[in-house]
Amino acid sequence: MGVGQTEFGKALEPSETELALTAIKAALDDAGIDPSEVDGLSSYTMENVEEFDIARNLGTGDVTWFSQVGYGGGAGCGVVGNAALAVAARQCDVAVAWRSRKRGARTSRPWAGVSQRITGHWQWSRPFGLLRPVDEVAMLARRAMHEYGWTRDHLANVALAFRKHANTNPGAQMHDKPMTRDDYLAARWISEPLCLFDNCLETDGAGAVVIVRADRAKDSPKPPVSVHAYAQAINRQHQVMTNYFGDDPLEGPAWACARRLWSLADVGPADVDVAQIYDAFSPLVPLSLQGYGFCAKGEGGPFTDDGAIEWPHGRLPTNTSGGGMSEAYVHGFNLITEGVRQIRGEAVNQVAGAQVALVTSGEGVPTGALLLTAVR
Amino acid sequence: MIEGILLPNTGDELAAPFWDGCAAGELRIQACVACGRLRFPPRPMCPWCQSMDSEWQVMSGRGSVWSFVVPHAPLLPAYQEFAPYNVIVVELDEDPGIRLVGNLVASEHQPLNSVDPYSITIGDPVRVVFATITGPDGEGGASSNDAVTLPRWVRA
Repeated sequence: MGVGQTEFGKALEPSETELALTAIKAALDDAGIDPSEVDGLSSYTMENVEEFDIARNLGTGDVTWFSQVGYGGGAGCGVVGNAALAVAARQCDVAVAWRSRKRGARTSRPWAGVSQRITGHWQWSRPFGLLRPVDEVAMLARRAMHEYGWTRDHLANVALAFRKHANTNPGAQMHDKPMTRDDYLAARWISEPLCLFDNCLETDGAGAVVIVRADRAKDSPKPPVSVHAYAQAINRQHQVMTNYFGDDPLEGPAWACARRLWSLADVGPADVDVAQIYDAFSPLVPLSLQGYGFCAKGEGGPFTDDGAIEWPHGRLPTNTSGGGMSEAYVHGFNLITEGVRQIRGEAVNQVAGAQVALVTSGEGVPTGALLLTAVR
Repeated sequence: MIEGILLPNTGDELAAPFWDGCAAGELRIQACVACGRLRFPPRPMCPWCQSMDSEWQVMSGRGSVWSFVVPHAPLLPAYQEFAPYNVIVVELDEDPGIRLVGNLVASEHQPLNSVDPYSITIGDPVRVVFATITGPDGEGGASSNDAVTLPRWVRA
């Protein structure tokens, strides 16, 4: 397994295609594999760079497996997990999973081009001014605060922990921008109860992962990392983003994903050394922590107290590179590359002796999760 | 007319009975003919009994606030001029599993920001009212109608 990524920033010069190729080539170099050996391609339905374009630029041989996963930030772990299934089933031997995105430009925001006549499920929310993903998640956050007694301090715990990690990661967009709790509390509102610092960044950049079978991984120049378990889930009665309609909207796809994931694993939540939790918005972190079983239902907010998710001393260092909120937001793909680095022991904010990493994709949308372990 | 407001395409076959109900001053929710359970948003098949026969039942229009948000800029211009405003999710008295996104307003024709958002509390009782809104000119055609009636909510 190899990982690669580009620099992260706003208004980067290279095109999305160039960013994708740069990240993929870096991942292949990391894995010690020639591009001509790539025969599987995996990405997001929202990816703008097409598979054939990757193949003819990279100089792959025949590609015999390709696949895409939907739902934006819910896709990342599925993109890698499905590639792992494909190499295991011998649909291909060397699979590349990637995500490339130029987002810093205002016009690229997904809600910027919304037409004025709404069809499908958005017709039930957008006419009323629930316009942006942050508004949709804020609705769940307010309910969680009401039902569980969570406070803005819990959300600040999340934002501050990830910012602290970014401050020691030179590759993070927020590397040079420390943040205090007062900074957080003084920030302008975006959608109450969420403020500016409850939101992920706007990022141009790309990440890539190379997936091969275990026998091939033995030849890797870097310590190989194993996909120990992988799951996806759409929970019953779920609706993407405006997930207000089931019996308990706060129990999102993460819960169903966790049930499958842990059923496939030899380890449990207590064995996880480091977590990479999808963080487009801060409330998704406590909601995911309880969904994946790190605490009881309702305890996701208080779980973040006392530096519990901070590196190096917290009981569950989380989003150790800064995550989507403070390193870069590339639909969660940088969480996967950071999970791999942690298990290899080469992360900037390395959790000592990390053996098990949980990486999750978005809660509140059809999702996925990976358990990465060292190959013993 | 509100320039730039996002309006539902009321020609959407599945959803049309809901919007037609609003135009008639009724809050109609889809119900399964076979098992009787309500479901929202509307869809072709009942997830509990798989029947494809459905009907539309008129609700009392009473419910309570399940959650709410207060959006601030940056927003689409038609909404930004009213920010900060409220968006609420209402659960209906008939079935708390039926939840609708809407706005709490002082009365049906008052603007989005006519209720102080800081006066809203989860659990507040509300009732439905209806407001007919005209979309932007020149947006007509086979798939869109000019006037749309939206459900809105006032304190009960």
